[in-house]
Amino acid sequence: MLHGFLPTLLDGTLTTLGVAGASLVIAVLLGLVGAAAKLSRVPVIRWLASTYTTVVRGVPDLVLMLLIFFGGQIGINAAAAALGYEGYVDINPFVAGVATIGFIFGAYLTETFRGALMAIPAGQREAGLAFGMSPMRVFLRITFPQMVRLAIPGFTNNWLVLVKSTAIVSVIGLTDMMHSAGLAAGATREPFTFYLAAAAIYLAITSISLLALGALEKRVTVGLRRAA
Amino acid sequence: MSSQEKLRVDGIVKRFGNNEVLKGVSMAANAGDVISIIGSSGSGKSTWLRCMNLLERPHEGSIAINGERLALRRDRDGTLTAADPKALERFRAKLSMVFQHFNLWSHMTVSENVVEAPMQVLGLSKPEALERAEHYLNRVGVWHRKEFYPAHLSGGEAQRVAIARALAMEPDVMLFDEPTSALDPELVGEVLRVMRDLASEGRTMVVVTHEMGFAREVSNRVVFLHQGRIEEQGDPRVVLSTPTSERLQQFLSGSLK
Repeated sequence: MLHGFLPTLLDGTLTTLGVAGASLVIAVLLGLVGAAAKLSRVPVIRWLASTYTTVVRGVPDLVLMLLIFFGGQIGINAAAAALGYEGYVDINPFVAGVATIGFIFGAYLTETFRGALMAIPAGQREAGLAFGMSPMRVFLRITFPQMVRLAIPGFTNNWLVLVKSTAIVSVIGLTDMMHSAGLAAGATREPFTFYLAAAAIYLAITSISLLALGALEKRVTVGLRRAA
Repeated sequence: MSSQEKLRVDGIVKRFGNNEVLKGVSMAANAGDVISIIGSSGSGKSTWLRCMNLLERPHEGSIAINGERLALRRDRDGTLTAADPKALERFRAKLSMVFQHFNLWSHMTVSENVVEAPMQVLGLSKPEALERAEHYLNRVGVWHRKEFYPAHLSGGEAQRVAIARALAMEPDVMLFDEPTSALDPELVGEVLRVMRDLASEGRTMVVVTHEMGFAREVSNRVVFLHQGRIEEQGDPRVVLSTPTSERLQQFLSGSLK
């Protein structure tokens, strides 16, 4: 099947999933920090966070990817040379890809999380404080769980776009699923077959994600839905 | 200070921008006191109540519970805040609040709402907290709703759950911020009945209210706030039937409509 390219394609799929999963972790962390920063009382912190989301959301992913990969390469080598290192440092494309996609989607998730946090009525937090809970405990027990359920729809959207965005890591030489499909298409001269297979795999990943996140949403919004 | 003194707030001043909403208001509640704070909207009564547990930071003043004054420091924006956040948490744990809009935690069931603070703040075990929850939810007549989420309760039920949640902290003083103002008229009675029972148990309560009937019949002191000052206060049967200040006379004639 697929002229023996199926294992290659599946290998690439694992890389795609690895890039997507690792990027998501970074994006969620950056998103939480970014949302907190945007809601900070300190103007400088708010300004930094706004700059981050404005710039990252305003530049195409592909351009950012190339800038970070090549720019990072130049920067690191300049730094290494300045420190007296003679050789040439290669950035691992997996690390570069994950860092770039995490950085990009951190900006989108910043907005998703910020919107969710702002949608929580102030009284929810106040009630926790009024009973003597510490701000940290209020965040962990009240604000965070409520933010999660409000953020799920936006989060789902971002995750789908993120999975598809991982296709651009092939331009920096990472053998992800898209890269494997391209190799196979070239070798067999059957581009349609292999890009169709790639499309099917992306669709499978996103469909399973939709089911899982839909189930999660149902679970965490149980108290929100009014009984009919 | 009397040994019975539960809560004392002194000289609270609060400004929003240039608008001074509280101009140095003081009050002391002794054990078993039920104090009704009345006044027209904008008189500063809710703000005053929220200064008592520092949900609102005053610009001047002091607060003390059981004769123990909470150490305050001045923040950069000019307001006063607790010098030690841990001391503020201990202070607030002794002062439960019931809010106008209930503020039940919407992601938790009724019983989870009631056990939350006793477990997280007082360190009760789950069985101990559940025992308290059962006791107080029964007390306010909503134990049968224990598995419900707040969105599925009527307003009256929600407020009674909120009262049970406050009771489960076994506080020294209970603060009520217009507890019936968000309720449909036919649901006000069930909440007032619960509050009347609490008062007759000898609980110390400070109640911001528009319910003149409650102020007259249940509280032993009424404080009339007008433009950030105490205009008149005393025994409700005296103050509400023979008000001396013109402002209170006007306010009462308006509220009888």
